[in-house]
Amino acid sequence: MTTPMLEAVNLSVRFGGLMAVNDVSFSVWPNEVFSLIGPNGAGKTTIFNLISALYRPTAGEVRFEGEVISRMPPHVVARHGIARTFQNIELFEHATVLQNLLVGRHCHRHTGWWQDMLFTGSVRRAELEFRRQVEEVIEFLDLQHYRDSMVAGLPYGVRKVVELARALSMRPRLLLLDEPSSGLNTEETEDMGFWIEDIKQDLGITVIMVEHDMGLVSRVSDRVLALNLGEVLTLGTPQEVQAHPGVIEAYLGGVEE
Amino acid sequence: MHFIFKTRYEQDITLFRHGGQRFWYAALALALVAAPWVLSEYTLSQFTFIGIYAIVCLGLMLLAGFTGQVSLGHAGFLAMGAYTEAYLQANGWPFMISLPMSALVAGITGIMIGLPALRVRGMYLSIATLAFGFILEEVVVQAEHITGGNAGRQVGALIIGGINFDDGVNFYYLVTAIAVLCILGVLNLLRSPTGRAFVAIRDSEVSAQSMGINLAHYKTTAFAISAALAGIAGALYAHKIRIITPDQFGFLQSIELLMMVVIGGLGSIQGAIFGPAFWFVVQQFIVTGKDWLPPAIGQQTGLQPTIFGIILIAIVLFEPMGLYGRWLKFRTFLEIFPFYRKGMFKRQKSYMKSERMK
Repeated sequence: MTTPMLEAVNLSVRFGGLMAVNDVSFSVWPNEVFSLIGPNGAGKTTIFNLISALYRPTAGEVRFEGEVISRMPPHVVARHGIARTFQNIELFEHATVLQNLLVGRHCHRHTGWWQDMLFTGSVRRAELEFRRQVEEVIEFLDLQHYRDSMVAGLPYGVRKVVELARALSMRPRLLLLDEPSSGLNTEETEDMGFWIEDIKQDLGITVIMVEHDMGLVSRVSDRVLALNLGEVLTLGTPQEVQAHPGVIEAYLGGVEE
Repeated sequence: MHFIFKTRYEQDITLFRHGGQRFWYAALALALVAAPWVLSEYTLSQFTFIGIYAIVCLGLMLLAGFTGQVSLGHAGFLAMGAYTEAYLQANGWPFMISLPMSALVAGITGIMIGLPALRVRGMYLSIATLAFGFILEEVVVQAEHITGGNAGRQVGALIIGGINFDDGVNFYYLVTAIAVLCILGVLNLLRSPTGRAFVAIRDSEVSAQSMGINLAHYKTTAFAISAALAGIAGALYAHKIRIITPDQFGFLQSIELLMMVVIGGLGSIQGAIFGPAFWFVVQQFIVTGKDWLPPAIGQQTGLQPTIFGIILIAIVLFEPMGLYGRWLKFRTFLEIFPFYRKGMFKRQKSYMKSERMK
């Protein structure tokens, strides 16, 4: 049996008196799309923040390919090949799309600031290489049109794609998507679904996503983890999870006595 | 409007985007070289000051405009540079070594001040740098054997390789050359990974981290480079003024530097040059205009700060991108005449900030 790509072991985090995530364990296997669902406040985004080490767990740990990452600083976790997007789009507003994507190549830089200041030959070569690699992502996500636009002036739907593109520019092995379809119209959501499938199949990247659109979830996910109030409800295929009585109760409320 | 048809990736990383730009910058370089033949000695000296201040503003722009760390203690770095230069020169160090040393000493001070930046941000960071400015001023006053205390310190004549640079024209060339080199260095930084990391930190620390950017490392680097530039400017300032006293590097100086940068336009390299240039031009107007005003107004002591204050308020209200923003609009107007519309540069309000994770 191979080791899982990502493993959460008895993960808990407490904010004051609130148990945001309570003893959650799951494993994500290489090259699968793994979805987290649950009502608001279920702890989905908190789990994302734990994986990318923005939060520290109160108990338990996160392992990436067997290595404990939940004690590392966030930028070191990113260097292990974990990229993410944010629920409320955290792009670099006053920079062009191209510059945003180039930041994604940051982990792969090997020049120091003094070389950058002189713009030495090695910096120039690296820059051209970064530019070429970023162009592949631009082509993959059809962003040719927006290359030199400032992010601040772009419509919401495009920003969402730019954020995905920026994460892909890192050439990650694990991609965390926080509500990829929120704020998108039906057509854009459709595109997003195709892209997630392509990311998995063509680029071979493992995807973990938080999503509310059950249509999208059941279309692209291999397995779904349902959460409620920081605890695991159930784990299984999209169909199994949707049929689970606990999930239905969490979303719609139980029968009053 | 200039549309560039790009066929090579090199075109995305060149400093000059097209022939027109190359032409105009070459013309500007020629004008700077020819200036001593045209300008009076006094005007040339003002140009030298603009050059010196442009170097400090460049550093402050890198820090405040590109990395988002507002410093209210930049005069302190200027002082470090000025006193290091004065001290080393008096001890017989050649300028070619004492200038980099000034930059180094200021840069190391910058790292020390940058350390709180790892813990505090925004307003609190500004206050921390403000406190640092006061402390440094006091240190300069107390360390009399090095700085001469409140009485000030004389700075010797600047002679490099047998050429006397105290003469106005030579010194002007020296300052201009150093300023141009500094600008090129900063431009190079900004088109490379380091500069992008700075901008990333300014716009969103959270996602900068998730892109693998080490916040601590880059914030300290930004402080160090910014302070080193101020140190270089400080060394030149010492030679320009000839007598340096602690009160030249006080709180007011820091505020003035920040005002220059804001008036020039935060987040643009051009702004770092427009700012001080505008400052000295307006100052000149005030000095000459004083005599024309009724004595009750013209002889008031607070005239200059009042006018600059009003200008700053007007800029913040009507042109947040400063003089550079104004220039951008003017240029676009000419380029696409007669199709310029009033709302072209209107910025979209963002409503997504409320849930940001800080």
